[in-house]
Amino acid sequence: MTPGEGGTARDIFHLGGQPGEPVAMPAEAEISRPPSGFELAADRIFRRCTLTVAWLTVLLVFWVIVSIGRQAMPSIRSYGLSFLAGTAWDPNRAQFGILPAIVGTLYSSILGLAIGTAFGLAIAIFLSEGFLSSGIDKLLGYMRLSEYSWLRSLPGRVENLLRITVELLAAIPSVVYGLWGIFVVIPFIRPPAAWLNSHLGWIPFFGTNLSGPGLLPASIVLAIMVLPTISAISRDALVAVPPKLREAAFGIGATRWEAILGIFVPTAATGIFGAIILGFGRALGETMALAMLAGNANVISWSLFSPANTLAALLANHFPEADKIEVGALMYASLVLLLITLMVNIVGTVILQRADAGLKGLR
Amino acid sequence: MAAPIQRSPETTQIDLESLERSLRRPRTLFSYTMSMLTGGATLAALFPLFSVLYMLVLRGSATLSLGALRELPPAAMAAGGGFGNAIIGTFVVVALATLISVPFGVLAAIYITEFGPETRIASGVRFAAKVLTGLPSILAGVFAFAVVVVTTGEFSALAGGVALALLMLPTVLLTAEEAIKRVPAKMREAAIGMGATPTQVVTQVILPTGAPAMLTGVMLAVARAAGETAPLLFTALFSNYWMSRTVPEFLPKNPNDLMKPTASLAVLIYNFSGSPFENQIALAWTAALVLVVIVLVFNVLGQSLTSRSSD
Repeated sequence: MTPGEGGTARDIFHLGGQPGEPVAMPAEAEISRPPSGFELAADRIFRRCTLTVAWLTVLLVFWVIVSIGRQAMPSIRSYGLSFLAGTAWDPNRAQFGILPAIVGTLYSSILGLAIGTAFGLAIAIFLSEGFLSSGIDKLLGYMRLSEYSWLRSLPGRVENLLRITVELLAAIPSVVYGLWGIFVVIPFIRPPAAWLNSHLGWIPFFGTNLSGPGLLPASIVLAIMVLPTISAISRDALVAVPPKLREAAFGIGATRWEAILGIFVPTAATGIFGAIILGFGRALGETMALAMLAGNANVISWSLFSPANTLAALLANHFPEADKIEVGALMYASLVLLLITLMVNIVGTVILQRADAGLKGLR
Repeated sequence: MAAPIQRSPETTQIDLESLERSLRRPRTLFSYTMSMLTGGATLAALFPLFSVLYMLVLRGSATLSLGALRELPPAAMAAGGGFGNAIIGTFVVVALATLISVPFGVLAAIYITEFGPETRIASGVRFAAKVLTGLPSILAGVFAFAVVVVTTGEFSALAGGVALALLMLPTVLLTAEEAIKRVPAKMREAAIGMGATPTQVVTQVILPTGAPAMLTGVMLAVARAAGETAPLLFTALFSNYWMSRTVPEFLPKNPNDLMKPTASLAVLIYNFSGSPFENQIALAWTAALVLVVIVLVFNVLGQSLTSRSSD
């Protein structure tokens, strides 16, 4: 009998004996008694209930895909694949194309991911390899304070505090980052951007001037938002490196960074890669920072300072006031975004599962 | 086969100088530089957080007043005004989302841990939850638009609640699963030994024991949902008015109110951030401060629940 199927109390509790035969019970046992008929009925209903909900959860994913796909159907039929290659978004002439948005999504995500990975990985290494606690230990040693017992827990506490602070980055709502980006990041990077444009304007990346919102401020904020994801998952991967390897690396005389770059990071590479892919998935779907900072312009440009558009920002900017035909086109764009992120996330999850399995042999 | 170790006099002569850790050696220098760079990168990564908090306090507290918390959004250039309706709207929409997602998530978690842990459907549920975790928040809005707004023909708090519920569900489900798994097997066996049905085991032993950890998950999900903007943009939309005009400063008396466009803090910040008017920008900062405080309170509440239960 599988647990999901229900059955009589005799089956469930393996009470033994033949059906119909009373189960031997001490007469005075008030507390431990077989369940009454009502309780058994309630049990069956409750279990059916949970099974139904479990099914609904699985169906929910399909429902999301199907409901968006059905709304997108008219648009798919009338625009076909040229929708993906078109560059104009003009509701008045019913011309819709999302190539600039796709390019902008990939460009901003990859840029944000590159910055976020550099810093996220640094934080993960910093937190997992005990830099902070050994530093504080050393500092206490110099100050001849290491014999005080209440100070002994200090390094661990500081490290914990730092970890929580990094996690706090993820708790700030994205719309607040967008607001901060408008009033802090854009004014901050405008002078260097202007300098780069006037002196190094022949490089395609600096080809235009930053007139306000643009790809670079959006990517910087995006980097801040994917950083906690990357640092948390890669830290887990680095912590999971078997202590054997750690000790062996130091035992053969490797310096700390020779050990980190030669042994720990390669061992944790699959996990770190999974973290980067999941960060990529998050960056692709991030909406508010890009809707507020990227400039909502259907432009394809190499320049970091040019305004751009992304799929998610396109949805955010056009959905509230869209008419029926435009809603169809937006649904088509949503479907494209959904398929891209689904693919990226499934790949990331599979890689992380592999990483888990791969480390099992080493333990 | 290991070759026999040659013990020549040269090998026993260890050059002690070469074992010293000195910054003049490229290996040590490289290691030292990298450590410095990593520490620097970590500090640099924390800079945005402190910058955000500093700006929130600096610019947000400038217009923070009781009036800002209680009044309706102002017109352009008008003095005063606030975002009282947006605070209530945020709570109503998030409460709706919680009412939808928590029973759903907990029941599914009970099934995949207690009643059918090894079944196909259980691994399907886990996979679905993981897929939903990665769902971009704006697509939750698109889904709610397609399912609720298109059907009812109106932007509404209910549509916003559905969108946020879809985002909360995976967090609630996965943390509830972890919470149930952490209930000691002893307690489960003891309950079964007392003659409890599986349902009684779940409702009277497992749920009360796992409740603090589950609440943590709910709190974290609520904190995330309260800050979400994208799914509300075209589901709850925005409103410049109170939900219920007869009782302005309290929750909606009239259930019909849930079927009307509803204001929320996050959407207010978004709308006002692009405004050319100074008073609306100032209010956006104040609203951001209030929103961050709400989100952080829920986060800290959630964390403190687990730390207490794990002691």
